[in-house]
Order: sequence, then C-alpha cells, then structure tokens
Amino acid sequence: MSLLLIILLPFLGSLCAAFLPSNARNAEAWLAGVVSLAATALVVSLYPQVAAEGVLRVAFPWAPALGLDFSLRMDGFAWLGALMVTGMGTLMVVYARYYMSPADPVPRFFSFFLAFMGAMLGIVLSGQLIQMVLFWELTSIASFMLIAYWHHRREARRGARMALIVTGAGGIALFGGVLLLGHIAGGYDLETVLAAAPVIRAHPWYPAVLALIALGALTKSAQFPFHFWLPHAMAAPTPVSAYLHSATMVKAGVFLLARLWPVLAGSDAWFWIIGGAGLASLMIGGYLAIFQQDMKGVLAYSTISHLGLITLLLGMNSPLALVAAVFHMVNHATFKASLFMAAGIVDHETGTRNLRRLSGLRRAMPITATLAMVAAAAMAGVPLLNGFLSKEMFFTETIFLDRPEWQRIGLPLAATLAGMFSVAYSLRFIHQVFFGPPAEALPHAPHDPTRWMLLPSALLVMACVLVGIFPALTVGPFLSTATEAILGSDAPAYSLALWHGLNLPLYMSLAAMAGGTVLYRVFLRRAEDTVPLLEHIDGRRAFDWLLPAMARGAEALMERLSSPRLQKQLLVLIGVALAGALMPVLLRGTAWGGRAMMPAEPAFVLLWLVGAVCALAVAWQSKFHRLAAVIFSGGAGLATSLTFVWFSAPDLALTQLTVEVVTAVLILLGLRWLPRREQGYAREERAAITRLRRLRDAALAAACGLGMAGLAYAVLSRPDIGGISPRFIEQSLPQGGGRNVVNVILVDFRGFDTFGEITVLAIVALTVFALLRRFRPAPESIPLPHQQQREQNGADGLLAARVRDPAARLPAGYMMLPAALVRLLLPLAMMVSLFFLLRGHDAPGGGFVGGLVLATAVILQYLVGGTVWVESHLRIRPVYWMAAGLLAAAAAGAGAWLAGAPFLTSQAWHGELPLIGEAHLSSVLLFDLGVYMLVVGATVLMLVAIAHQSLRGQHHKAREGAP
Amino acid sequence: MELVFALAIGVLAGSGIYLVLRPRTFQVIMGLTLLAYAVNLFIFAMGRLRIGAPPVIDPARGSDPALYTDPVPQALVLTAIVIGFATTALFLVVLLASRGLNGTDHVDGREPEEG
Repeated sequence: MSLLLIILLPFLGSLCAAFLPSNARNAEAWLAGVVSLAATALVVSLYPQVAAEGVLRVAFPWAPALGLDFSLRMDGFAWLGALMVTGMGTLMVVYARYYMSPADPVPRFFSFFLAFMGAMLGIVLSGQLIQMVLFWELTSIASFMLIAYWHHRREARRGARMALIVTGAGGIALFGGVLLLGHIAGGYDLETVLAAAPVIRAHPWYPAVLALIALGALTKSAQFPFHFWLPHAMAAPTPVSAYLHSATMVKAGVFLLARLWPVLAGSDAWFWIIGGAGLASLMIGGYLAIFQQDMKGVLAYSTISHLGLITLLLGMNSPLALVAAVFHMVNHATFKASLFMAAGIVDHETGTRNLRRLSGLRRAMPITATLAMVAAAAMAGVPLLNGFLSKEMFFTETIFLDRPEWQRIGLPLAATLAGMFSVAYSLRFIHQVFFGPPAEALPHAPHDPTRWMLLPSALLVMACVLVGIFPALTVGPFLSTATEAILGSDAPAYSLALWHGLNLPLYMSLAAMAGGTVLYRVFLRRAEDTVPLLEHIDGRRAFDWLLPAMARGAEALMERLSSPRLQKQLLVLIGVALAGALMPVLLRGTAWGGRAMMPAEPAFVLLWLVGAVCALAVAWQSKFHRLAAVIFSGGAGLATSLTFVWFSAPDLALTQLTVEVVTAVLILLGLRWLPRREQGYAREERAAITRLRRLRDAALAAACGLGMAGLAYAVLSRPDIGGISPRFIEQSLPQGGGRNVVNVILVDFRGFDTFGEITVLAIVALTVFALLRRFRPAPESIPLPHQQQREQNGADGLLAARVRDPAARLPAGYMMLPAALVRLLLPLAMMVSLFFLLRGHDAPGGGFVGGLVLATAVILQYLVGGTVWVESHLRIRPVYWMAAGLLAAAAAGAGAWLAGAPFLTSQAWHGELPLIGEAHLSSVLLFDLGVYMLVVGATVLMLVAIAHQSLRGQHHKAREGAP
Repeated sequence: MELVFALAIGVLAGSGIYLVLRPRTFQVIMGLTLLAYAVNLFIFAMGRLRIGAPPVIDPARGSDPALYTDPVPQALVLTAIVIGFATTALFLVVLLASRGLNGTDHVDGREPEEG
C-alpha cells in the first residue's frame, strides 16, 4: 500500500499546490517540502523489505478486458531510482524556496514540480509497460510546463517547445516499441516481458523493437543526434534544470535501457545503436562543453556527455559495464545537481552566468566556491570522490571490451580523450568563475547566500566525498541490490574500492587529468566565442529547418490532394462513395432476393408521385424561390411521414410531422437574412460552363439516387434476418413494463444512447444561442421588411403606436384574429403534449413528440404576436428547461444506483396511492420527462434565438438613427 | 410497394445530392433536408416493410415477434429525425453568420473569382 502512497502523495500535493494563493511562497515550499520528505521517508522505509523480498508489488485492475493492470513494482533498481527522485526532489524544494523570486507565481512552479515528481516515480515504479509510457509522457508535459515557466521570455517558450517536440516524438516511438514488445512477449507486464527475453531477441521484429525503444530512450536522455534540446531547456529556472534536466528526467531514458537490458541487450545492433549514440554523445557533449560561455550551458553539455557515458556503458553488452552504468547514474546525479545549484547561486547573487564576465568569486563567496570545487572535481574524476570510482570502472570496461581489435584499441583512446574534455571543462567552470582577479561591473555585489540555500548543495557534496572514500560502506549494498534486481542471478562480482593498484585504468585517469589541464591552458587563450571544428554542426539548426519545412510540405500536399472549395470536396467525396458502393456490385454481381412483394397500391403510388415532384421541385427552385422550396420540401416531408404511418411506424410519423413544422418555422425565420437573388445573375460567358457543371452534378446525383434505390430494393427483396429485434419485442412488457416497443427501446433498453442524444441536442441548442449572440447581419438585411414598414408608416399613426405596445392584451395589427386563436391554443397544446408524454410508454407518443408539440405552440405565439408582445406576457426560460431536463434524465439513471443496479436500470413501483388509487410509477417516466423538458427547452431556445435577431436589426437601426 | 418505396428513396437522395453540390448555402441546407428524408427511409427499410403491424404490443395477441414489425430501425430513425433537426438549426445559424460576416451566401465564404 505504501507503494501506491508514494505515487499518490506528489500528485495530491500538486493539486493542493495549484490552489494556494500566488504569493504564498512559504506555504508552497512547506507543502512541497513535506510531501517530498514524506515520499522520501516512505521509500527509505521500504528498503529492508526490498532487500529481503526482492520485489514488492501492488496491482489494481485497469482494463481487465485487455489484460492490463495498474501495477506498481519495486525492486532494488526501482528503489534506487525512487530514492533519487524523492531525495533529490526534497533537496531541490529547499533550494527553490530561496531561488525563486517573490515576484514569481510559485503555485504554478511547485504544482508542476510535484506533478513531475509523481510522474517520474510512476516511470520508475511501473510494473507494466503501457502504464510506464503514460507516466513517461506526463514527465514530458511537466518538463514543457517547467521550461516555459517564465513564459514571457522567448527562449523559454522556444526551448520548451523544442523539448516537447523531441521528447514527445520519442515518446510515440517508445509507445510503438512497447506495443510490439508486449505483443511478442504476450503481455505488457514487466515480468512477463523480462521472462520472454530469449523469444524477443530471436523474433524477426527485434530490430524494429530495438529501434523504436532506442528512439524513445535516446530522445529523452538527450543523446546524439537528439541532444540539442537539452541546452535550450536551460531557459528553465535553475532548480528545474538541476532536477529534471540533469538528475532525474533525462535519466529516464538510460533507466529504461537498463530496465530492458536483460531483454534487448547482447546483440550487435544493440552495441552499435546504443553504444554508438553513447560514444558520440560522450565525445561531442564533452567537446562542446569546453566552449560554452554560459555556466548552465557548460553543465548542459557536460550532462549530455555524462549521459553518453552511461549509454555507452549500457551498450557494451557486459554485465560489469551495467553495474558501472547504474553507479554512474547515482554519482552523476549528486555532483551535477550540486553544480547546478552552484550555478544558480552565482546567478542569483551576481545577476549573471556569463563565464567571460565572472571572475574571482572565491573571496566573495568562499562556501559556494568550496562546494563547487569539490563537485567539479568529482565531475572531472579526481580520486577520493565518487566520480573517480565510476570513471575508473568505465575505463576498465573499455579495456576488457569483447570486440574486434580496432574497437578494443579505439575505445580506450576515445575514453581517455573524453576524460580530458571532462577535466578541461570542469577546470574552466571553476577557474573562470572563482579564481583570477575579482570581477568588476557585476549587476549585484556578490556574497554567499543564506545557509538554507547552501544546505542542499552541501549535503550532495558530502555524499560525493563519502561515496568517494568509503564506497563499499555507503553505496555498496544499494548498488548490489539494484544490479541484482536487473541481472538476477547473473549479477557479476565486482569490488568497490578506492585502490586497485597501479593498473592501466589508473594511468588512463592520470593521462586524462594531465591532458585536460593542457587542453584548458591552450583554449584559455582563445578570444572568440565560436566552437572550433564543430561550429556548424548543430542539431538545433536542423530542427529549426525541419519544422517549417514539414509545415510547408504538408501545405503543398494539401494543395495537391485537396481543394479549399467545398463543392469540389463534396464532389470527390460523393464520387468516391459511389465508386466504393459500386465496386462490389461490379465485382461480384447482384441479384434481387426472393421475398414476396406487396402489390402496389394506387394511393401509395400517387403519394410518391407527389412526393417525387416535390423533391425535384426543391432541387429546381432552391436558388431563386426559397419560399417555394421550403413549401415543396414540406411536401416531401409529409410524404415521408405518411409513408411511416403506412408501414406501421406511428411513432416515426408523429415525430416526423412535428419536426417538419418546427424545421419549416426555423428556416422561415432564417430566410430574412439571406441575400436577394435575381435570375440571370450568372454572366453570359460563364453560362455554358455553369450549365455543364450542373449537368455533371445532375448525372452524379441521378447515379447516386439510382444506387440508393437499387440498394434499398435489394434489401427489401430479401427476407428479414431478425437480429436483436425479437428479443426487444419479447422483453418489452416483462422487463420494460411498456407496450410501445420503440419507446421502451429509447427510454429503457437503449436509454444511455438517448441520454447521449439529448445531451447533444442541448449542446447544439447552446451553440446556436452562442453563435447568434455575436451575429452581425449583412447591412442590406437590416432594414425592416416591406410589410412591417408599411404598417409603421401607414396613414394611421395610432396603429404604429399600438404595434409597439407590449402591455396590450392582444397584439395589434392585421393578425389580431389569429392572435386570439393562438393564445387559446397554448393551454390546449400543453395538454396534448402532456398526453403524448404520458401515454408514450404504451402507445405512440413519448417525450420527443410531446416536447416538440409544446415547442411548436410556444413558437406560434412568437410568430403571430411578435417577439416584444410575447415576451411581455409569457416568461419562458428555455435554458432552465434544458437543465431541468438533463438533470431529470440523469436522476432517473442515477436512481438505479440506490437500488444497487447499474446506471439507467429502470425501477418500477406498483401500488395504491391515497385518493388516486392504483398507480404504476417508473423511473422511466422521469427519464422521458427529462427528454420532454430538454426537447422543449432546446427547440424553443433555438427558435427564439433566431426570432430575436429581427429585434437586433431594429436596435441597430435605432442606434444608427439616434445621433 | 417495395419498388415504389425504393424509387422514392432514390428520388429524394438524388435531389438532395444535386442540391448539396450547389454553390449557395440555402441550396445545401435544403439538399441536406432531402438527403435526411432519404437516409431515414433507407434505415427504416432495413426492418422491411409491413402493413398494420406497429410495434405496440397488443395484450390480446401477446408478444410474438412475428406479429410486429421490427422496432429497432424505428428507434434509430426516431432519434435521427430529432438530431437532423438540430443539425439543420446549427447549419442554418452557421450559414446566417457566414452570410453576415462575409457578405455572401456562397459556400466558400466568398464569390468565385471571375474569369
């Protein structure tokens, strides 16, 4: 259980931190500090158990259908990783408390900081690979947020974006690799994958798996050729650079490589890909670090170099090299984090990190200088410090490499050269900043910071020294549990000692130190800022070229493949659909089925003669006679509705009929805002092309129509296959308690679908409402229509006054008689709609139909009475109706939980009520009531929103006329 | 009957597709309406055509599935009709906004270039 707590604590802390006020610097630091300290304590307390039992596990079902668990697993290696993440996090919180300026919004910082810690712990402790990828991506996002913390700075935004794109792309590759891996192994559980190691290495997909996982790991760990994002990530606040971009997140890549080492390592491909990338990063990073002018720049490139060292060790295919790699992961984290802290302190106290401006700070800040010197010496590999030990192990491994001759000689030489680089940049870092004459003209007068800011750095330096002198007593047992966790019983014997005698690795170390010092003396004299030899090799340039190039390429492709013109797109879409539908017919042939047909009835034929004429008339008239088109379309709708009645679908007929009315009203309200169109609009010379185009479209449309007809006839001439329908019919009464099967399906059997559908309806209504709030009519549509103008400007001035009187008992004007009738209609319509609602379960009707009837009645009031008059007499709040409807439907669904049943299970009650007598109540009725209210609300909201636009037009005019 | 029904679907779909390919937004909205009729009738046809057998259970006759027409396509079409209304409303408002914003009712938001 404490495993789960370790992961949950940082995430919970992150959530709390996000909601503290932005000036609560101390509260934030306390919160983050207590959370990280607690997590550290938990991790530490688990060590005896890990050492004794080997592996701790806890798992919860996550997606059981896919065989996926949310699984946490802690073995010795994961324990070491978790300790680094939590312990380093604790130190970094203390440091950050003093580093961050009071003006910085700290909740954002600590919230993402803790979220990162949780995600990183997730990577380290995941016992299942897909879950690990999830946490992997989370760390990328947290890193993006933290690099861009000072988002007013351009380089912060650029650096963050670059880091996210590179690591995110790697994350996708990793996900692909993990999916393949799990597929081969037969499960995504880490232990399943580890157990399947021989199968995986022999599998033909092994190269693909290796390449994809290497892409993920190398991008994350900033390895060549993806290293360029790391120096740009230095735009982040220094605690972030120290924690994410040197101690933990960039270690995720090498951590993963070590984790999967028993599965993937051992092949030539592994040696060349992993070892090659590691060696390149080791050399290039170290070389470039010498020439950086920014203190954090030096550290960033040296981080690339040291991560390269670890990667190279992992790539050497030797268990002892793996031990060295794990050891160096820990050592690098300690000395590099304390160096970052030193850089941050110098920046904080002097206002600059430029190596050319800094000098002689030794006297002004003696403690910082001492700490930095020890840490830098560890980085350079000076004896008595931890860096020396892992570097010696590395040198030893290069000598005993089990490879062809030229590689066996080349690698130790390269390693010594890399050691020289390391010495040179460490020397430069210390010598430039802390020695020499005191710097002049610094932004602030330098002095040592508060003790609390020095404490984390001091603790880390102490660790460097202790591990360096007493390796077997301090880090020894933890290192052996970690390596045994990876290698199992194959773990090699090794000795952690300071003195191994006068041997070749020692001479290599001495050569590196002497060579590095010489190198530094040579480069010290250089005045220019450029990097010799490698100046023009810069991954960033490739990245900056690649991004816009890809965007341009995509644009060009879009231009080739697509058209910005809707008509062309639709033409292609419909053409392809037609071709796709025709293909099986042409390939396989078709025949009509043998189901017995009904003889054609003359009335039905007549109905569809009219319907077809209506449909064709709509096509003919839509351009110049819109009103006629709306009327004809209503005719086609009516024919459809009658067809439903004819073929035993009364519910559909009712719904179609009411929707027809509402749609017609809706379109009529919209017609007013469309431009006037006159015949003969097209110019003469284009008429021929236009006619041709119409002919082409008509041919395509005819072909599609014939196809639809053929398809429909092909289905209709075949016997029914039954499917799930018989079950619905049989169960409708016993289980649904309703006789109208369609309604029972809608509100009970498939209630969740309906719930989703009414939600969509509500969203559409709100969207319509929102769009119309910002509606700007075209200028020529703003004046009042002819009829209203005539009414207002008529000879009878009194009439105009009465039209505008909202308090009148009846709206005035030429519609007085209909107004009186429509007013009487409202209560009647209400009753009819309730009637439909209540009987819906047993007879045609239901919430949809009822709601539409009521909405129609309401909109009739608007049509006849005018918006102003209606709203002064009738207060209807459609948004409340919608909310109440959704809540009622949800309550009907959630009520099932009280009975211990799943969401939307219908609950019925049958019994005696006082006064009323026998009654049957069901949660289904409440659900249908919700549908009813939502339909009323949504329909009225949409229609009224459009109706209101005519008022807006007049306001517009009034405002223009006023001044 | 079935042939008439199929031809009706064909005419509605053909007219609708022709209109959808036209350049003016109002033509497209009418086209979508017709196409919706056609598609609804088509889905409805998947349950086959029967006369006098509405899926409302008559207690006197019992709930033998052979006595009633297929209710599932009907349930599907019922929600489709309502959603069709919602999309028509949304499209209408979008076309009005586009017309107000661009001053034209062409589907591309601007008049086609001359020549």
